[in-house]
Amino acid sequence: MLDTVLFYSFAVLVLGGGILTITRRNAVHSAISLIVSLLGVAGLYLLQAAEFLFAVQIVLYVGGIMVLFLFVIMLVNLDDAAKVREYNRQWIVALVAVAAVGAELGYFFHRGAASFHIAETAAAVPVAVGNTEALADSLFSEYLLPFEIASLVLLVAVVGSVIMAKKRI
Amino acid sequence: MNFLDLIWLIPLFPLAGAVLMLLVGKLLDPQPPSDVAVAPGVGQSGACAPHANHAHHHPGPLQNLIRLICPGMVLVSFIFSAGAVWQLAHLPNRLHQVIQFTWIAAMPFHMANGHIATFQVDWGFLLDPLSSVMILVVTGVGFLIHVYATGYMAHDNGFYRFFGYFNLFIFFMLMLVLANNYTLLFVGWEGVGLCSYLLIGFYFHKKSAADAGKKAFIVNRVGDAGFVLGMLLMLSVLGTVRFTDVNAALRSGQFPVEAGYGVLTAMALLMFFGATGKSAQVPLYVWLPDAMEGPTPVSALIHAATMVTAGVYMVARSSALFELTPVAGMWVAGIGAFTAIFAATIALVQNDIKRVLAYSTVSQLGYMFLALGVGAYWVAIFHLFTHAFFKALLFLGSGSVIHAMSGEQDMRYMGALKKKIPVTHWTMWVGSVAIAGIPGLAGFFSKDEILWQAFSSPKGSTVLWLVGIVTAAMTAFYMWRLMNMTFYGQSRVKPEVAAHVHESPAVMTWPLIALAAGSVLGGWLGVPKLWTIFGGAFRLFPRWLAPMFALAGSETEHPASTEWSLMILSVAVAAGGISLAYYLYSKRADIPDRILARFRPLHTVLYNKWYVDEIYDFLFVNGLGKGGGSAMAEFDRTIVDGGVNGAGWLTRTSATLSMWWDTWIVDGAVRFTSFSVKLLSYPACLLESGRVQTYALFMLVGLLAFLGYYVAR
Amino acid sequence: MHPVTTVHYLALSAALLLIGTVGVLTRRNIVVILMSIELILNAVNINLIAFSHAWHNVGGQVFAIFVITDAVAEAAVGLGILIALFRNKETVQADEIDLLKW
Repeated sequence: MLDTVLFYSFAVLVLGGGILTITRRNAVHSAISLIVSLLGVAGLYLLQAAEFLFAVQIVLYVGGIMVLFLFVIMLVNLDDAAKVREYNRQWIVALVAVAAVGAELGYFFHRGAASFHIAETAAAVPVAVGNTEALADSLFSEYLLPFEIASLVLLVAVVGSVIMAKKRI
Repeated sequence: MNFLDLIWLIPLFPLAGAVLMLLVGKLLDPQPPSDVAVAPGVGQSGACAPHANHAHHHPGPLQNLIRLICPGMVLVSFIFSAGAVWQLAHLPNRLHQVIQFTWIAAMPFHMANGHIATFQVDWGFLLDPLSSVMILVVTGVGFLIHVYATGYMAHDNGFYRFFGYFNLFIFFMLMLVLANNYTLLFVGWEGVGLCSYLLIGFYFHKKSAADAGKKAFIVNRVGDAGFVLGMLLMLSVLGTVRFTDVNAALRSGQFPVEAGYGVLTAMALLMFFGATGKSAQVPLYVWLPDAMEGPTPVSALIHAATMVTAGVYMVARSSALFELTPVAGMWVAGIGAFTAIFAATIALVQNDIKRVLAYSTVSQLGYMFLALGVGAYWVAIFHLFTHAFFKALLFLGSGSVIHAMSGEQDMRYMGALKKKIPVTHWTMWVGSVAIAGIPGLAGFFSKDEILWQAFSSPKGSTVLWLVGIVTAAMTAFYMWRLMNMTFYGQSRVKPEVAAHVHESPAVMTWPLIALAAGSVLGGWLGVPKLWTIFGGAFRLFPRWLAPMFALAGSETEHPASTEWSLMILSVAVAAGGISLAYYLYSKRADIPDRILARFRPLHTVLYNKWYVDEIYDFLFVNGLGKGGGSAMAEFDRTIVDGGVNGAGWLTRTSATLSMWWDTWIVDGAVRFTSFSVKLLSYPACLLESGRVQTYALFMLVGLLAFLGYYVAR
Repeated sequence: MHPVTTVHYLALSAALLLIGTVGVLTRRNIVVILMSIELILNAVNINLIAFSHAWHNVGGQVFAIFVITDAVAEAAVGLGILIALFRNKETVQADEIDLLKW
């Protein structure tokens, strides 16, 4: 019962934050709404027994990426941007297309609930070790190579963003 | 030490000195800040004085370094040259070639006879008896003049510049005489021309000096054109420019002696034309007298002792060619003789001490070409050798006089200087006796040999001999006119100058003494054959050069009495000239004025150098240059421009037609095509907006279709 | 009230995805577009976590970590590009940058 209440309240945070993010004229407001949305996602992680990801979501997203966004918003003068049209000319077409995709997805949910059996909770297999430990085991043994590649991607991204942002190389 | 293989080093020492001077010399010899303002000759009437700025420029302490380095480099070159020549004397064939690398890589080309040859030029050096004489003269006399110049130029601005150019000149001169092919010789040939230009115009603030430099350069270019053409013709006919190969080909008997004008004669005459430019022969001698605008050591080194003899050297070097072309030899002898007497007549009446010597140089060079023309190559080189001593001596002596006279060059304001500058007087006395042709001194031996060869050689003639002996008389006269006007008789020195007439410092007088010794002794290397009481050592010069000129020296037999009488006659003529000059200019100084009054037109013509400069100005500078220019302009306006304009009109008309066709037919077709393509592509253009979000929308539409497929299934 | 199942998470994920897509497709401000991309990526993460929880497979969480990593990289590079763009073009409006055509 608590789970359900928490789920719906987090869902409201997530969707409400998301909608506010894409509708606020002021970019700072958008960013704050995005933080709300991301916090909601973090709560969902906690509900799904992904404690490590919960921590990562809070620390990395809310603490890291969002600060980056706010820095950039301050760096780039967005005052002018706040005064002009908010949406581009294709917004109706885009909204219709998105609605169509949503309808299709809804159809899948409607049908899939019966056919894909994803609704059934699998037999409760108790996890032998703590969640973070299991994640670490898997990450550093089975997924070691992708992990290293991901770290390389991060390095490239850091170097690339420095080069992009520098005035003169 | 094997000097023979090190001959490539000989030119590099002066080059090192030149590079050092021209790059960092200014640090060693700081210039006064207002270099231009205190330049010599500016604001001083007619004074080309080295001391005009005496009060302004005091040499810095580092200047002594320049005094050491620049003459030192030449001295080192001289030592290497002497060592190399000494070792050369011990080689059986007296020929040593050092080829360092290929300078111009092999290029195949078609020779005149249709064969394919490769044009390849070495960076190579050749030491043989001929070039050994030249390098000893260049470095030996060059060293003495360098030493002299350290004193003469001491108070001049641009001390380092002067010595940089001077060393550079020695470098190029050594390249010229050591080169083993005509092309490399030409490098030196042009290089000495450049240095000559730079040094004539050394006082470049003075317009006359700058003009003289330009004149020398341009006149030399005219001759150089002949030299280059001759070289190319040689390449086309013989396929090589290396001296040894050229001589071998010409002496192989493959080419018969040309009776009239042929290819080889053209080649020889073109080369000789180059020599007339460099060695100041008629018609291209006009630059040399003007070259006296340069500092006196320059006149001595470049325009008397070394550079101007490059033409003589080159013709002697090409002796194999001239042996095959008697007609060219005739021209050489004729032009040489004409130049000799022509320049001597001008020298008779000049009043500028350096101009007399300049025309004397032209005249003596004429002698050398006379000897070359009659086939007496070794005699020409011999005269070159002795002339280098006594003419350098005379020039340096005149420089010493000018130095003493605070820059005065006009002999009418000299006189009775004998007591005041004794060393200069006695050394110049030796030089004047030598050039006049009094037995025992250098000039007699070489000049008498030339006269004898002009008379006796198969190519010689009585006319050539007659011209030569008249010139000898004139030479004796004008030299002793110079001596008498300068050193003897009444003093006509301006009072403000007379106060500080002084003998030159030791650094200037010692080179004079050394050169005087050379002027006395140099001739004893080639005493006449008749003087049989002297041993073989006194015929060293002809024996040394004998292997060079294998075909030369085939004299026709003449009785010894003829030679004796001619010799005595030439001495008598010289003595007569000397006495006459003494009588006219020391004893009876009133006579020359009376003669002048009677023969004023002749004097005017001579004094104005036969108006040759004016004629050249009229013919070439104004005639061809300006008059020809306006004629060319008229031709250009009517014929060339007419053609161009007509062609332009035609082009415009056809262009108009073409444009109509182009606009309506060609462009129409193109535009229609492009319009239809544009029309068809318009829908596609709508898709390509360039906005990233549009593309994202297309992606979403794609997703929509993708999902739609599963929905529909 | 139904108990919360995986389908609920999936539906939520799909809704967040659509919201993010709308943001990417309609907003002009590039900063907001980048934020919308973050929304989309988070939608993916919710999906992954939901399946990971449903099937008791930790691999989903590992993939979520990789997605977060990519999100960080994307944000860094994207914001770097944004700064360079703003310096050169003085604009952050996505539809004013349309040189890439024809």
